[in-house]
Parts: sequence; structure tokens; C-alpha cells
Amino acid sequence: MPVGRYPVPFDRDVAVELLRQMLRIRRFEEACAEQYGLGNIRGFLHLYIGQEAVAAGVVPLLGPEDSLVATYREHGHALVRGVAARSLMAEMFGRATGCCRGRGGSMHLFDAATRFYGGNAIVGGGLPLAVGLALAAKRSGRAGIVACFFGEGAMAEGAFHESANLAALWRVPALFVCENNRYAMGTALERSQARTDLCGHAAAYGLSTRSADGMDVVAVRETAEAAVTEVRAGTPCFLELQTYRFRAHSMFDPELYRERAEVEAWRARGPLHTYTDRLKAQGLYGEAEFLALDAEVAAEVRAAVAYAASAPTEPATELLRDVTVAA
Amino acid sequence: MPKMNMIQALNSAMDIMLGRDPSVVVMGEDVGYFGGVFRTTDGLQRKYGEQRVLDTPISEQGIVAAAIGMGVNGLRPVAEIQFADYIYPGYDQIVSELARIRYRSASEFHAPVTIRTPCGGGIRGGQTHSQSPEAIFAHVSGVKTVMPSNPYDAKGMLIAAIEDDDPVIFFEPKRVYNGPFDGNPDQPAVPWSAHPKGEVPEGYYTVPLGKAEIVRPGSACTIVAYGTMVYVAEAAARAQGVDAEIVDLRTIAPLDVDTLFTSVKKTGRCLIVHEATRFGGFGGELSATIQEECFWNLEAPIARVAGWDTPYPHAFEWEYFPGQRRVGAALKALMEAA
Repeated sequence: MPVGRYPVPFDRDVAVELLRQMLRIRRFEEACAEQYGLGNIRGFLHLYIGQEAVAAGVVPLLGPEDSLVATYREHGHALVRGVAARSLMAEMFGRATGCCRGRGGSMHLFDAATRFYGGNAIVGGGLPLAVGLALAAKRSGRAGIVACFFGEGAMAEGAFHESANLAALWRVPALFVCENNRYAMGTALERSQARTDLCGHAAAYGLSTRSADGMDVVAVRETAEAAVTEVRAGTPCFLELQTYRFRAHSMFDPELYRERAEVEAWRARGPLHTYTDRLKAQGLYGEAEFLALDAEVAAEVRAAVAYAASAPTEPATELLRDVTVAA
Repeated sequence: MPKMNMIQALNSAMDIMLGRDPSVVVMGEDVGYFGGVFRTTDGLQRKYGEQRVLDTPISEQGIVAAAIGMGVNGLRPVAEIQFADYIYPGYDQIVSELARIRYRSASEFHAPVTIRTPCGGGIRGGQTHSQSPEAIFAHVSGVKTVMPSNPYDAKGMLIAAIEDDDPVIFFEPKRVYNGPFDGNPDQPAVPWSAHPKGEVPEGYYTVPLGKAEIVRPGSACTIVAYGTMVYVAEAAARAQGVDAEIVDLRTIAPLDVDTLFTSVKKTGRCLIVHEATRFGGFGGELSATIQEECFWNLEAPIARVAGWDTPYPHAFEWEYFPGQRRVGAALKALMEAA
């Protein structure tokens, strides 16, 4: 199935910004993989490569008054949201200048300035939080919606079902963004859900639902735009974006659960190159411009790695800091 | 005798029990088709089929709850919770249902459920892949809580747990899956094949639940440890040149008080070591139990070394983890106390 069946409908600035954000995520994630290989990032690392169109298409629709909740595969969301690449990379390295002082690492990114409420390695753990954030915003009369990202695997958790009901019951301004990448770690959707029509689950609770091709940043943005408009008007929405992760679940996954041909077929639909090709075909962007953009992004990522590598670690005397309110 | 690491030993235990007892069922996230994230259930679904080795969705509460129902109705489920850090959605079912089904039915019903779950740190897992929550299960009457420290015990205890008619929470210290770990992350890894406890019989055997093991006899003091900390304690005692008797608890509840009392009455000094946070940790229960019986034999206050009272830190992992330096210092202080 080709990606995107009609011309890119955005003006050039928006069109290029979508590309830039996807490229930033891709290069950042590639750098993470490299740094993992070098032993500078350790432990658990889940890359977003392949799913870039989701974060790039949805997150820029949120304003500074809006909030985000994400998963353990959240580097891209944080990056597009505006958490500095160097602050993110320093966090991955476990350094004191990381967005959580090195306490969380890759899976647990938080940033108050951008209303980024994590980073959560407990599957489904962020969903109830999003409902609470949205209810608080509504009660206080503040503007602002909450976008909550999660994978289709989270929909098997009780937390999803309780959150969907609460959101619909209280009509909170929450946008539930399901990144359906087809595999809950190694378990394919059809092996974990009796009903694979995910919007049907959400609709059953009274959420407004929409679905789009998550490999097509144009479709993602247009569909998300409609959903965000609806949420701002007070209706909680569920948005399913059908996507695919190109890399393993984490750095320890032998990927025995999917065929190489399937991965290749999805790679052929990759959000970054198909979109770049469309822009070029439409004459919105040229090869030289692309190379210049890529160089600019690569420089940003290189600087982030250099920053992280030279950043200090928190002194061990700070070990108990932030566990409870400071005395 | 064949050499096995802990993962192979656990796999062998499940393989044997699936083969011996048609009521045994293995279930959990990614345990079947995928073979388990740590490969612990590798090959079992191929061998026994999807009815005996069930893949579940990411539904921890559902996994525990379904296992209870299956257990009450004639099956013997071995449920895996992929990381102990993920067990909390199932905690309500464990506390409110699993632990009480025998009591509240006056033994008319029981649920012979084993819940296997990898625990512990030292693998850079941060706050959601490193916890040691054994104390909050030990606190619950009606479930047994165990934590083997080596391949031989892991296999024998898992078979014993599966055969047990009461529910067992079976913690697997994942830092020692592939080899004993003395607490020094910069040392090259030692494989189980180089350790006597890596010799594991191919066939059926059990290691009884509720029995601690003295893994190193000594006379100067008693170190009570379990899981990964057994090896840290051994290394610290060696480094300090202290003739410590090391008790590997193996079962946390019900506690083998006889072995503990005999050892502490003999040595007169006791150090308790665990990875979990100190406040409200299982070390407190151990300390109280031991001093109630051994108070007049003690030469010094019972000492504890544990994780700091903080969520498990990412960057501070080796400051948090009770390594040789902290265990050694506590041991030295214990021996120097009046």
C-alpha cells in the first residue's frame, strides 16, 4: 500500500517542519543506538525508528498550555515537544544535566517546562495519569488538553479500560493516541486481543474515535488536527495510528516473532523517505535542501552527544534527594 | 552432571513438570511463542502446545486472577510476571483472592498457583526493572515467598513450588541468571558452569521450601542473605577475612527459624543483607525474630545492610546496590562491636 494518496496539502513551512521533526527523531535514535554500542547508554533502550510520523504529526499541534504523557519509547515525543536534545541525551547517559538529573534514564523522561509528564515503563501506567491531568485542567478552568501516547499492547491492561470510561464519564479534554505498531513486545495484536478493531474498544466507552495510517505524516497530522479540535471543544477522543517499529523492541530482542519480509514491507513504507519523496516530487523541497537540513539535524545531535559525554554525574551525596519534599 | 545456568534450570523444572503432570500450565506475557524475555520458557510451547503454554496479553491483573480460577478448578498454573516491577496490577488479586481462598473456604478450595517473577537490580534497569518487592509479599498471610540464588536450588525449588498446594511467589534474582555476581560490576562475569551450584541434575528432584541453607560455615558471625546478596556477602567476608557463616535464606516465608537461631546462637553476631530498601524491608522482620530468640547470645546489635530508601536509581545504581564496600564495612563494624 503506498503512503499518502494525495499531494501534501500544507504550506511549505509546515511541510518542511514535519520533515525536520521526523529527521530529528531518526538521527537522535540512531545516535542513541550508537552510544548504546559504545557503552555510554546502558540498560534498557527502546528506539522509535519507524514510528516518527506519529510524534512529528501529533505533538506540534499541542500548545504550551497542553500536556503530554508517553511511554518508555518516548525520546521522539520529548524531542518534538521541545525538550532539548542535549538534556535528553544527558539523561540517557545518566548525567546530572539530564532532564531528570540522570535518575530516570531512557524510559523515564520528565520535563515540567514543556508539560511532559513522562516517560513510563509500566505499560498502561500513564493512562490514568492523563485522565487526572485533564480533569484538573478542566476543573481549574485553564485551557489545555492532555495528549496521552501508548501502544496497542496497553489496551489489554485494566488501566486502559478504567481510563477510557473515566475520561468519557467526566468528559475530560484528553486525546488518547494509540500507536498501533502491531506487536506488544513479541505478541502480535491478533494474539492478544479478541477484537482487533481498536477503535471499537474505545467507542464502547463513549470516546470519539478516529484512525489513520501512522506511516503517513500527512494523514497523521490531518486526523490529529480534527481530533485535537474536538478535544479542545470538550470531547475526549481516541486516535489509532497504524505504525511499525523497524528496530527490535529493545536492545535485547532477537525478533523471532516476525518475518524479515514483513519488516522489509513496512520499511518500504517508511515515514521519512516516503514523505521526503513526496515533497521532492511536488517540488516543495530539493535534494540540496534536504542535505542541508540533514546536516543541521546531525549537528544538533552531535552536539547533544558531546554535551552528554562531558556532563557531570550527580554526586552520591544527592542519593536521597527528591524522594520526599525537602526538609 | 549437566551444567546449567539459572534460566536453563528453571526451564528444565517447567519442562519436567509439564511432562509429569497434565494439570500444569505455564502462562504469561510472551512466554509461549516468543519463549520469554529472558528465554526462561524457550521451547516449551513448541513441545507442549498452546493449551499448556499460554501467551497472555499485557494484563497482569488478568494473569494472576485467571491463574487463581484455573488453580481452584483443578489446574496447577505457573504464571510469569515478566518483571517483579510489573506485578502491582496483580497485587490486589494476590492479596485479596489468592492468599485467602483456602482460609475463607475453610480449605474447601485452594489455589496451587506459582507466580514466577524476575526481580532485583544491578542491570541498569532503573526504577521499573530493578525492584525487590519480596517484603510486601512476605507480609501477606497465605502465600509462600521464595527467592533461590543459584541454578540447583532454582530448579528444585520451582518443582517444589509447582507441587505445593499453596500459592508461591517465586522471585528470580535476575542479576544471577547467568552466573554468581559478587557485587563488582567491573569484574568479568563468572558463568554458572564454573560454580558447583551450576551442576544441575537433568531429571526430577526437589529442594524443599521453608529450608535455608548454610552456604559457608563459619564461627565469627552469621550473615543472613538471599538472592544475589549471597555472593556479595561471600566476597565481602573473604575480603575482610572474617570467618562468617553465611545463611542463604532461600525461602523468605515461611521462615526457617531453626537454621537462623542455631547459627546466631553459635556465632553471637548477625548481619542481614538485602537489596530491597531498608525501612520496612524484610531485614526488619529477620532482625526482630532473631533477637527475640537469640538476645542473650548476642555479642553485638544485629546489623542490616540494604538498599537506600529511595526509588531504584538509574545513575546511582552502584551507590544504591549494597555492594562489597558497604557489606564489608558493616561486617567490620559488627566484628569490632563490643
